Amino acid sequence: MPGWRHRPLPGRGGAGSRAGGALQRSAGTMAAASPCAEPAARNKPDNTAFTQQRLPAWQPLLSAGTALPLFFCVGLACLALGLGLHFSSDTIRELELDYTGAPGSGHNCSRCANASLAGAGGCTCSLRFELPERFPGPVCLYYQLSNYYQNHRRYGVSRDDRQLSGDASGLSNPATECSPFRTDPQGIPIAPCGAIANSLFNDTFALYHLANGTFYPVPLDNRGISWWTDSNIKFSNPELVNGSLEAAFKGTTKPPNWPHAAYMLDMGNTNNTGFINEDFIVWMRTAALPTFRKLYRRVREGNFSSGLPQGTYRLDITYNYPVLSFQGTKKVIFSTVSWMGGKNPFLGIVYLVFGSACILTGFVMLAVHIRFQKQNQMDVE
Amino acid sequence: MPLSGLKFGKKKLKEEERHLQANNRDFNLEFEYANNSIKTSKYNFFTFLPLNLFEQFQRIANAYFLFLLILQLIPQVSSLSWFTTVVPLVLVLTVSGVKDAIDDFNRHKSDNHVNNRPVQVLINGRLKDDKWMHIQVGDIIKLENNNFVTADLLLLSSSEPHSLTYIETAELDGETNLKVKQALTVTAELGENLQKLTDFNGEVKCEAPNNKLDKFTGTLTLHGEKFALDNEKMLLRGCTIRNTEWCFGLVIYAGPDTKLMQNCGKTTFKRTSIDRLMNVLVLVIFAFLALMCFILAIGNGIWEHDKGYYFQVYLPWADGVTSAPYSGFLMFWSYVIILNTVVPISLYVSVEIIRLGNSFYIDWDRKMYYPLNDTPAQARTTTLNEELGQIKYIFSDKTGTLTQNIMAFNKCSINGKSYGDVYDMAGQRTEITEHTEKVDFSYNQLADPKFVFYDHSLVEAVKLDDAATHGFFRLLSLCHTVMPEEKKAGNLVYQAQSPDEGALVTAARNFGFVFRARTPETITVVEMGETKVYELLAILDFNNVRKRMSVIVRSPEGDLTLYCKGADTIVYELLDASCESLKDETMEHLNEFAGEGLRTLVVAYKNLQEDYFEEWHKRHHEASTALDGREEKLSELYEEIEKDLMLLGATAIEDKLQDGVPQTIETLAKAHIKIWVLTGDKQETAVNIGYSCNMLHDDMKDVFIIEGNTSEAVLDELRTARKKMNPDSFLDSDEINLKFENPSMKSRILPEEQANGVYGLVINGHSLAYALEGNLELELVRTACMCKVVICCRVTPLQKAQVVELVKKYKKAVTLAIGDGANDVSMIKTAHIGVGISGQEGMQAVLSSDFSFAQFRYLQRLLLVHGRWSYIRMCKFLRYFFYKNFAFTLVHFWYGFFSGFSAQTVYDQWFITLYNLVYTSLPVLGMSLFDQDVDDRWSMRFPHLYEPGQQNLYFNKIEFVKCVLHGIYSSLILFFIPYGAMYDAVRSDGKAIADYQSFALMAQTCLLIVVSVQIGLDTAYWTAVNQFFIWGSLSVYFAIIFTMYSDGMYLIFTASFPFIGTARNTLSQPNVWLAIFLSIILCVLPVVGGRFLKAQLMPTVSDKVLGKIRAAKKRPPPPLPKTRLRRTSTRRSGYAFSHQHGFGALIMSGRNMRPKLPFTTTGTFSPNSEKNRHK
Repeated sequence: MPGWRHRPLPGRGGAGSRAGGALQRSAGTMAAASPCAEPAARNKPDNTAFTQQRLPAWQPLLSAGTALPLFFCVGLACLALGLGLHFSSDTIRELELDYTGAPGSGHNCSRCANASLAGAGGCTCSLRFELPERFPGPVCLYYQLSNYYQNHRRYGVSRDDRQLSGDASGLSNPATECSPFRTDPQGIPIAPCGAIANSLFNDTFALYHLANGTFYPVPLDNRGISWWTDSNIKFSNPELVNGSLEAAFKGTTKPPNWPHAAYMLDMGNTNNTGFINEDFIVWMRTAALPTFRKLYRRVREGNFSSGLPQGTYRLDITYNYPVLSFQGTKKVIFSTVSWMGGKNPFLGIVYLVFGSACILTGFVMLAVHIRFQKQNQMDVE
Repeated sequence: MPLSGLKFGKKKLKEEERHLQANNRDFNLEFEYANNSIKTSKYNFFTFLPLNLFEQFQRIANAYFLFLLILQLIPQVSSLSWFTTVVPLVLVLTVSGVKDAIDDFNRHKSDNHVNNRPVQVLINGRLKDDKWMHIQVGDIIKLENNNFVTADLLLLSSSEPHSLTYIETAELDGETNLKVKQALTVTAELGENLQKLTDFNGEVKCEAPNNKLDKFTGTLTLHGEKFALDNEKMLLRGCTIRNTEWCFGLVIYAGPDTKLMQNCGKTTFKRTSIDRLMNVLVLVIFAFLALMCFILAIGNGIWEHDKGYYFQVYLPWADGVTSAPYSGFLMFWSYVIILNTVVPISLYVSVEIIRLGNSFYIDWDRKMYYPLNDTPAQARTTTLNEELGQIKYIFSDKTGTLTQNIMAFNKCSINGKSYGDVYDMAGQRTEITEHTEKVDFSYNQLADPKFVFYDHSLVEAVKLDDAATHGFFRLLSLCHTVMPEEKKAGNLVYQAQSPDEGALVTAARNFGFVFRARTPETITVVEMGETKVYELLAILDFNNVRKRMSVIVRSPEGDLTLYCKGADTIVYELLDASCESLKDETMEHLNEFAGEGLRTLVVAYKNLQEDYFEEWHKRHHEASTALDGREEKLSELYEEIEKDLMLLGATAIEDKLQDGVPQTIETLAKAHIKIWVLTGDKQETAVNIGYSCNMLHDDMKDVFIIEGNTSEAVLDELRTARKKMNPDSFLDSDEINLKFENPSMKSRILPEEQANGVYGLVINGHSLAYALEGNLELELVRTACMCKVVICCRVTPLQKAQVVELVKKYKKAVTLAIGDGANDVSMIKTAHIGVGISGQEGMQAVLSSDFSFAQFRYLQRLLLVHGRWSYIRMCKFLRYFFYKNFAFTLVHFWYGFFSGFSAQTVYDQWFITLYNLVYTSLPVLGMSLFDQDVDDRWSMRFPHLYEPGQQNLYFNKIEFVKCVLHGIYSSLILFFIPYGAMYDAVRSDGKAIADYQSFALMAQTCLLIVVSVQIGLDTAYWTAVNQFFIWGSLSVYFAIIFTMYSDGMYLIFTASFPFIGTARNTLSQPNVWLAIFLSIILCVLPVVGGRFLKAQLMPTVSDKVLGKIRAAKKRPPPPLPKTRLRRTSTRRSGYAFSHQHGFGALIMSGRNMRPKLPFTTTGTFSPNSEKNRHK
């Protein structure tokens, strides 16, 4: 007889998938009811560990025997890690120079800042500073922006990865996400399109070391400042037309904020111009937080390959990039690196604090355990 | 499945009366009756997609996701790629859709199978093979042995003498015993003469299709003469023809109009309390979501005003956005999209998968499989599992549930003398054991060898030709509706409608009054070796109201006699005044029998006057052919003749307890489950079963008996009882009194009230009727719920449901009803969970139940093991599920404060898409399918472990808030640790890694490892599968990110996978791993510490028991857990053999002191209990 009677209405929970079972089952009971049927156990469920819920299992239990050692061990481990991190963070030398030049700060760059507010670029200013101690190499030179929302959703999506990977269709028809920096008012596509590219950081720095009363330029290496995957896979120039990058960019226009087209980013070095310009790539890797630093150059050549000696330096800045309008700040940072990267006391401190807290909690738990163990045991009896 | 409704919907008028003519299709077609094809399927190939999608989108979660999808199409609002919503939605829709499709496909298959069954139909004088679906009302069809009945048929003729037809109704009501139907004599003449059958043009007028299986009224008009039709002449669809070579029938109702189909599809959906809680929580989450989005939208407005406006140098506002508030408004919707993952779309699907899995465990459990009739336990509803772990009240039927419903003629009282007890030489009543000498029936060739009786004096009385004794057994052999079957001479088999009846006829048979054959007009009895044929003049059949049946027979000598048997209270009212003294003596015996838990019937007879009977018989014939009010007229006639009866005696039938019932009840009681027995039996029987089941016992302070006959008396009795149990509950200061004085209080839920001891309550059906009325309801529920055990006797099926409803109404408790018979169906459907015993009384209870098994004792396993595990698993699942989604989603919220409230996501969009579906689904499913805190044996040994479920401790609103807080804490850690670690961070080669993609990768890796560790912490039972799922999910995560962020994927799908290289560049940094490790321990260790301290400082009952079990596990194997169970089981199921004389009288007298039974150690009747407990 049909299975529909056995299951009046398939419930929401997969009753229907069992309708077949009900069908078989009803057939089984009918057979069992007939007089000739053996009392065979045709409906007897299988005896497997799975069906009988007897799968072998490990049953860890949270007891004093496990919890207390866990707390003490983790606590000690955290303390050790925290100390390690703290000390290695301490060995890192770092120097921050704010050159925003907010009006009224009397800063060297205030002039440029005012000029940038007025919309003019190309202003230069220089900062003189002392390194109190030797910075062992390689020394990295970063620029840091604050109050700058590279992580804004609309900012972050305003790019065309297809275009940046050198795709021809990307050049002629940039992605809609780039809007309003997709095409210029005449409808000519912008390359590279989008708000990120358009807002490329374009201050430049030159460093000089005072030795024997003369400022000698410190060579700044701009190679390998971006991720290998970015400069080699993610970004590539469009296919050259007749060996010319300029021709490849034909039919596109530069981003409105840029002084030159993309193929002119590094005129002297064909391996560093266009989309594969490393400064551009670094900028295009948008920051996670509104205060961020990006690698500008590394000091690893010539006399300074082993580090920056103690002494006086001068930093010449081409002040192009306006940040004052939105209360942003600009900084230059000199930093050494260790195995754990740059200076970041956060991890070390948290590890130390948490490690101590762990051990403290461990003792509290031990005390509680000793105090209540007997009582709990008695309750059970 | 409103299939009949659909058909009706097409017709304008509801059918009032059915009118049809045999062999006249043209005439019948006018009425547009449904033909015999049935359709239970919902969709066809083309309608499936639209209809199914329409149904699915009616669910709030699915509709919500559709709404999100639409939101995502708005460019100003869209904050996530379309696939993050589409992929989960499509997956969920597909899973449900496939399930529905399979369901419907099976229904199609079964429809087709049924519709295409062959049948022989009489057309133009010839039998033609046709399919079921082509049969129409008014057709005459031929059925052969073992055929299924095609439609609801009027039986015309059959191969058997007197045109009897035997049917099995197992598919209809589950009863496997044969039933007999008989055609009208006038149609029986048609035989198998096809010509006559073709010429047959009878017109039938009958009631419109309905769902009453046991009622049919109509008339057949043939050649101007009217004949009454009733249910006895109907073959209903769903039955099977047995023992009948062939029969012809006239189709009355076809297809959807048949009673079988009319009975389908009226199942009410039951939902668990967790379901309801979940719905509330989803709404709460919606509110929470709206709140978060609102905060972020405000934040965005302020930000755009303060900063964004100025930042336009680098990031102009989007098209159309002209002001900060408008941006905030758009951002509200963007955040609705981003934060949608707090409303877990996969929640419902996962919950259903878990329940389905846990239902399969019930089906698969060998310890709930009953080998004797090859019945495994069955979870018929797969949506109620966790509620099995929360039961507080069990409403149990007695007959067939607590007892086996195997009836044995045990004692009788004949003419004031009681038989059945065995006395020793000294005249002391002795106990019957295996060694007691049985009565030898070998003198009687026709005796049933299985029948056992011990009292020799009854045989002697029969042999001595004692008139009363002969009359007694003669009555038993005549007054019944049993069908004999004698395939070999002397090998008599009785097909009885009720086992009581079978037992009585079998007793008469063994004592020399062998009921041998019956025809509609005669009964053949071999009385002490001499064959006598009685003329059967009328059967005044049994029903629930009459509670008695009578036959009127004419003996071979020509005497007219009415024999009656029935319930004592009923029959006593009808007795002649002359048997007053006999009445008293018999009543004494009756009390005694009932006190021993026996089922009693009183038998009486009456000699009738010929002329009076003739006249009565005529009126009877008229009444039985009346169209309207037939029932009433008949019962009036019955009343009239069944009076001034002469008492013959009483019978007592033993009703054996099922195996393991007392132990089960004791275990359940230890789990603080209150057991109410609702039985139709009389008070003494019920109370006695109560004692023998360990429900009532000597340690009870009192057993109250409510048997008042007026509303006031009942109220008084209830109040007296309550006063004794808890005098404080009458104070004005009592919170319930206060509550109900104050009508503004809406909630009717009563808090628990504690009695000052253990009490029992017995309430009678008629008192219950008063107590269930409006104003007494509250008194009843307060009093009854204070008692540990409540026994309601003499209750009707409706009252059973009312009692369940009462508790549901006033108590915040999960109820379970268990029963096996048709009279339990209402209660089973009413209770939160209905359990059917697939036993003797048929399948009706099982068919309407949610769970079924063969033995009452499996209930403890169902609740204490499966129910508890299901509950724990479901709660753990929900807690974890909400936690993981909150921890996941709220990180976006914190990030909003650092990303200009721009609806920036923290994670990669692919991660958002796959998080719930791939990365975290299997570990939590693994936990929810395999977890067990302690194994089944410990669960049964410590019923206390069941209590947290009853109090709903593991998942409730507070637990939900805790999950949310835990999620918030984790999300804070998961955001701020990467934040701190990333802030100004650079790689060891000086390159920056504080970029968005690295941050996203770090946060998502932290999150995934933290939730994986958390599931590990929540898992108490680590099977290989759990390990595999957890490690597998983590490996899959790393495999996927390395694949998705690989060069190849970028080169192929440039736009879709912009995260190229992030995994390689970020995960190679030691400080990233240090930060990940820090987030893990910061998220997990406080949980560990909190749990440890909670278990130490405020251990719950289950903590203590777990500690005890843990200690016990360390020791060598526990000494003998069995002794614990056996200790209190002094009153064994062998009550029928073990009760002392006068026990019933003691109960009756109200003295509840029961003597300790002296022979409890002799291992009375309980064949399986030992075996089963050792498993």
